[in-house]
Amino acid sequence: MSNAEVPAADHGRASSTARPRGIGALLLSEFALLFRRRRTWALLSALAAIPVLLAVAVRLSGEGGGPSFVGEIAGNGLFTGFAAITVAVPLFLPLTIGVVAGDSTAGEASLGTLRYLLITPVGRIRLLLVKFAAAALFCLTAALTVMVVGILIGLALFPVGPVTLLSGTQVPVIDAIARALLIAVYVAVSLLGLSAIGLFISTLTDVPVGAMAATVVLSITSQILGSLSQLSAIHPYLFTTHWFGFGDLLRDPISWTSFGENALLQFGYVVVFGSLAMGRFVTRDILS
Amino acid sequence: MTTSGLAVETRGLTKRFGRHEAVSSLDLDVPTGSVFGFLGPNGSGKTTTIRMLLALAAPTAGTISVLGSEMPSRSADVLPRVGALVEGPGFYPFLSGEANLTRFDAAEPGTSSRTREGRVADALARVGLPAAARKKVGSYSLGMKQRLGIAVALLSPRDLIVLDEPTNGLDPQGTREVRALIRGLNADGTTVLVSSHLLAEIEQLCSHAAIMRTGRLVAQGGLDELRGTTAAFELETPDAERAVGVLARHGLAALVTDDVHVGDGRRVDAALPGDVLSEDLVSALVAADVRVRGVAVRRPSLEECFVELTGEGFDVER
Repeated sequence: MSNAEVPAADHGRASSTARPRGIGALLLSEFALLFRRRRTWALLSALAAIPVLLAVAVRLSGEGGGPSFVGEIAGNGLFTGFAAITVAVPLFLPLTIGVVAGDSTAGEASLGTLRYLLITPVGRIRLLLVKFAAAALFCLTAALTVMVVGILIGLALFPVGPVTLLSGTQVPVIDAIARALLIAVYVAVSLLGLSAIGLFISTLTDVPVGAMAATVVLSITSQILGSLSQLSAIHPYLFTTHWFGFGDLLRDPISWTSFGENALLQFGYVVVFGSLAMGRFVTRDILS
Repeated sequence: MTTSGLAVETRGLTKRFGRHEAVSSLDLDVPTGSVFGFLGPNGSGKTTTIRMLLALAAPTAGTISVLGSEMPSRSADVLPRVGALVEGPGFYPFLSGEANLTRFDAAEPGTSSRTREGRVADALARVGLPAAARKKVGSYSLGMKQRLGIAVALLSPRDLIVLDEPTNGLDPQGTREVRALIRGLNADGTTVLVSSHLLAEIEQLCSHAAIMRTGRLVAQGGLDELRGTTAAFELETPDAERAVGVLARHGLAALVTDDVHVGDGRRVDAALPGDVLSEDLVSALVAADVRVRGVAVRRPSLEECFVELTGEGFDVER
C-alpha cells in the first residue's frame, strides 16, 4: 500500500455497452482450481492404486479367482483394467465423487470465497453450472484413471493378446482397448446422477465434510436397496441400477441398451437434483 | 432514485433470523462521493446490512437502492460497479495470492482475459503485496490476507467500495496505509462505505457516518452534524472573573474551574455555540485586557457522541 497513490489503471473491464456474459473463463478457472488442489491428486492416486494393487497381487500369488475379471488377468493383462473398474465402481469411485461434488458450494462457503465469488458477481446459476461441469470432468478423469492405469500395469506385468468377449468372439488388442475406454465413459456417465445429488446436498450446508459424507452414504444406500429383491419395484429408478451394466459393451455386436437406459436415468437425476440445487441456491442467504 | 445523489439508500430495511431481528427498519442514506463511516459495536447489524446491500442475503422487509438501482433484483448490473470486503477475507489457501485474484477476476462476467494479468498486478501493487504475489495464501499473515481482500475489491474500477472492518488484523502502519488508500479512492470519485467497531480509527477519515446499535440506526449524517454544533471553549488566564464577564456579553455561560490551575492562572470553561467564532472571543478578551495564556476549542469525538446518544458504552451488545 506504499503505492497507494498509483492511479488505478483502467485497462481491462470491457465497456459497459457490450459485456459478454461468457462462461469460458470461469469454466477454465474452475477446472484449474480442481486440478491445482493436492486433494484432487490424492484422490486420483488412490484410484490409480487399485489396478496396481490388483495386478501386483495376482502377479505375486500367481493365482486367479476372486471378483469378476480378476481370474483372467494372469492370462491377458488387458483384463486388469476391467477388473479394477469393477472393484472401484461400488465404493471407491462414489467416494471420490462424493468428495468433489459435496465440496462444490459448501467448500467455497467454508473457505469464505463463496461471498466474494457472488459479489463479483459470478451469478448463482452460472456458478452451479461450472461446479457441475467440474464434477462431471472429475467423474471422467476418475474412471479413465482406473482404466488407463489398469491397462498400463497389465501391459507391464502380463502377456497381452486378443480378448475373448462375453459373447465368445475374439477381438484384437486395439479393439479391446477402445472398448475399455468406452467402459470408462460408461462409468463416468453412471456417476453424473450422484454428482448432481452431491451438488444439491452441497447447497444445503456450509460444512463440506457433511455434504461429502451424505453423498457417499446415499450411493451406498441406493446399492443396498438395489440388492433387496423385495424392493424390485423401485429398482429401475435407483441411480445405481445400471452401475454394473458396462458388461454389455463387451459383447459383439455391442449392446447399447444399457448404455442408453443408464444415460437417460442419469440425465433424469441431473435434471431433478440440478433443479433442486438451483431452487435452493438462488434464494439462499449467504451468511458464511 | 438515480437523481437522489445517494450511492446507497435503504428504506425500512429489516432482516429477521427466526425470531431474532438483526436489522430493524433501517433508513440508510450514503451520499455519492462520501466516505461513509458505518459504525456500531460488534453484533449491531452492520455486516447483515452490508450482506443485504450486496445481494448476499434477502431483506425480510424494506427496499434497497445501490448506485441508483434496486437491489437485489438488479444485482447483475450493479455489482460489477461495486467492490467489497465483507466479514474478513476469504481465499483458497492452496493458491498463491496472484492465482486467487485471477480466480475472482475470471469469475466476473465481462472481464477480458487478455488484460487480466495487468489488473491483478495493479491490484496487488495498490495494496503493497507484489513481493508476496507468488506465495500461497495459506502462508500469509492476517494482515496480508486483509490487504489481499482489499485488492479483490480493487480489481476493476468501482463506483462504490464497501469495506467491512478493513483494518482488522492490521498493525498501526497497515492501518495508516488503508486510510491513505481510502482517501486516494475517494479522491478519484469513488464512494467508500467503511464499517468499523472502532470509532476513533476511522473518525478522521469520514465525511459522513451512521451509528448502529442492536439493529437500529441511532444517528446518521455529516460528521459535524453528528458531533453536534456545540463545542467546549477552554480558556487559561489569571483574570478569570473579567473573562467570565466578557464571555457573558457574547452569550456564553462560563464557569471558573478552581481545581485546575497553574500558578496564578485559572481555567474558564464554557459551551461554544455554533454561531460564535472562537477568534472573535479571543480578540474581545484581549481588548478587555484579559491575559490569555491558553485557549482550546474541543469538539467531542464520535465516541463521546455515541455515549451521549445511547447513554451506554461502545461495547458488544447481547
